[in-house]
Amino acid sequence: MNFITNIKKNKKEPTEKTSTSAIAGGEGVHPHDVRMETKNLSVMYGKTVGVKNVSLPVYNEKVTAFIGPSGCGKTTFLRALNRMHDLTREAVVTGEVLLDGLDIYAPKVNPVTIRRKIGMVFQKPTPFPTMSIYNNVVAGLKLVGIRDRKLLDEVCEKALQQAALWNEVKDRLNTPGGSLSGGQQQRLSIARALAIEPEVLLMDEPTSSLDPLSSAKIEELIHDLKTKYAIAIVTHNMQQAARVSDYTAFFYVGNLVEFDETKKIFTNPSNEQTENYISGKFG
Amino acid sequence: MDNKNQKASRNISSIPLKAIYRWLGDRIFLVVAFFLGLSIILLALGMALVLYQEGSLSFKEFGFFGFMRGSTWDPGVTLTFGALPFIFGTVVTSVFALAIAFFPALAIAIFLAEYAPRWIGGVIENLVNLIAAIPSVVVGIWGIFVFAPWMREKVYMPLWSWSSENAPALEPILGNPIGYGMTTATIILALMIIPFITALAKDAMRQVPKEQREAAYGLGATRWEVIRMAVIPYARGGIMAGAILALGRAIGETMAVAMLIGNKNTFPFSIFGPAATMPSVIINEFREAVGNLHLSSLMAIGFILFIISLAVNLLAAYITRKISITGGKIL
Ligand SMILES: Nc1ncnc2c1ncn2[C@@H]1O[C@H](COP(=O)(O)OP(=O)(O)OP(=O)(O)O)[C@@H](O)[C@H]1O
Ligand SMILES: [Mg+2]
Repeated sequence: MNFITNIKKNKKEPTEKTSTSAIAGGEGVHPHDVRMETKNLSVMYGKTVGVKNVSLPVYNEKVTAFIGPSGCGKTTFLRALNRMHDLTREAVVTGEVLLDGLDIYAPKVNPVTIRRKIGMVFQKPTPFPTMSIYNNVVAGLKLVGIRDRKLLDEVCEKALQQAALWNEVKDRLNTPGGSLSGGQQQRLSIARALAIEPEVLLMDEPTSSLDPLSSAKIEELIHDLKTKYAIAIVTHNMQQAARVSDYTAFFYVGNLVEFDETKKIFTNPSNEQTENYISGKFG
Repeated sequence: MDNKNQKASRNISSIPLKAIYRWLGDRIFLVVAFFLGLSIILLALGMALVLYQEGSLSFKEFGFFGFMRGSTWDPGVTLTFGALPFIFGTVVTSVFALAIAFFPALAIAIFLAEYAPRWIGGVIENLVNLIAAIPSVVVGIWGIFVFAPWMREKVYMPLWSWSSENAPALEPILGNPIGYGMTTATIILALMIIPFITALAKDAMRQVPKEQREAAYGLGATRWEVIRMAVIPYARGGIMAGAILALGRAIGETMAVAMLIGNKNTFPFSIFGPAATMPSVIINEFREAVGNLHLSSLMAIGFILFIISLAVNLLAAYITRKISITGGKIL
C-alpha cells in the first residue's frame, strides 16, 4: 500500500497552493475547498454547442451532481474536466479548467498525467473485453509500472468490493471482462477507475444500468469515497442527486442554469427552469 | 391523405397476412441460396476429386504417405516421385515469409490506423494497395533482374566468402550463392503478402470502438499504451485472420516464386541455394511431363496443395471465431 500513501502525500502540496487561486463558492464554503474549477468553459462540436460559458467549482471532499435533460451537455462538460475532448477531432474547448489552481489545458501540461489524477467512469460500460477481470481492475496500476503481485491483489480485491462486484467475480477473476453482464461490466469499470485512486473522480451516470441493490451500494461507495476525493457525478435520477450530492448543477441546452448546494436546489431553487425540471414538469 | 395513413398504420397489425406470398418468397429465396451455396461446395469437392483421381496412379505406385514422404523426384531415369522436397520448400518459404512480413505489416497498419494524419495515411494506404496490385510475374521479373543480383552481390557473396575463410563447415548449409534460391524467394514472398496483412489489420484496428480507446486514455494511458491495451487485443481476431490468409496466399503463390527459387527438385536444400515449392514444380514441369506417372505425380502434388490451402483457410476461420471478440466475423 506504500504507493497509495505516496500519492496521498504528493497530493497535499498542490492542494495547499490552491488557496490563493480559489474562487468564492456558495455561502459557508471556504476557498481552499475548491479542487477543480472551470472558467468560461465552452465546448463546441463544429457548429453545435456542447456547453457554453460554464464557470463552476468542484469542491474537495464533496460530491457535485450534474443534472439536466438529455442532450443538455452534462457528458460534454464532464469530459472537458479530464481532457477527453482531446480525442474528438471536431470538439473545440475554450476557457479554463483548473485543477488545484493550474490550468489543465495549458500548453505544457501533459494530458496523460492529468488523466492519471482525474479518474473517469463512462456512461457506457467499457471493460477491455479480452483482458481478464483481474487485469481490467489493475490495468491503471500496471500502466504506471506497478508489478508487485501482492499489492495488485490487494488493490484488486478492495476496488472490486467497493464497486460491489467482488462476491460475484471472486472465483472467476481470470475470465475475460467481456464475459460479464452489462451491469457487472459497469461495476467493473467503476472498480477499474477506483483502483488508481484518482484525486478527482468523474462518474457519468454510473448507476444507469444497475439494479436497485447495486445502485444503493454504489451510492454508499460514493458517500464513503467523498471523505478522500472530489467527486462529480452525472445522473438522471433526481432522488439519487438529492441523496448523494452536496452541490448540484443544473444544465439546460448547454448552459449552466443554476449551481448551488443540493439542499437549496431541491427545496428552494432560485430559477424557475430548475424548479420545473426538478418537479418533473419537463425534461 | 393524412387520415388514410393514420388508419393504415393503426391497422397494420390487423391486416391479414398473405401467407402464401411470404411463404413462397421465403421458399424461393431459400432454395436459390441453398443451391448456389451447394454448387460452390460441389465445385470445390469436384476439383479435389479430379485432382485425386488424376493423381491416384502416383498414390497407388508410391502409397499416399509414401508419396508425401518420398524425397526423390526423378522424372528422367528412375521415374521415382516424392513430394517431400516441395512440401518442405512450400512450408519453409511461406512460414518464413509470414514471419518476416508480420511485424513490419502490423507496424504499418498501426501507423495508418492510429498515427498518420489523414492525407499521409491515404497516400501510404494507396501505395501499399498498389504493391498488392502488381502482377506477380512483374514482381518476378523485378526479382530476376534487380533483387536477386543485388542480394548476390551485397549479401550472399560476402557471407559466402566469409564462411569459406572462417567456417568452411557452414558452406553446405549456406549453399550456392547464385542469387536465386530459398532466401530470395522468401523475401519476395514476404514483400508480396505485407499489403494483405496490413490491409486486414488496419481495418480490424479501425473497427475498435472509440469507447475502448477512451477507457484506456481515461486510465492515463499514453498513445502507445492505448494501442497495446485497448486496440490490438480488441482487433486481434482480424489481425490473426489476416496473417493466416496471407500465409495461404504465400503457400499458393506461383509465378514469382517459380521465377526466383532456382527450381532444384531434390534435397539437400540450403539457405541461399535453389529449391522448389509445390506450385513452382507444377508450373515448371507440367508441359514436359510426358510419362503418365510424372503427370499423375504433379496432379497428386496439386491435390496436396489443395488440401493444405483448405486447411489453412479453415484454420483462419477457426482462429477468428475462437479469439475474436466480435463472434467470428472477419472484420
Ligand atoms: N461527438 C459529438 N459530435 C457532435 N455533437 C456531439 C458529440 N457529442 C455530443 N454532441 C452534442 O452535444 C450536445 C450535448 O451532448 P451530451 O452528450 O453532453 O449530452 P448529455 O447531457 O450527456 O445527454 P445524456 O443525458 O443523454 O447523456 C448534444 O446536443 C449532442 O448532440
Ligand atoms: Mg451523457
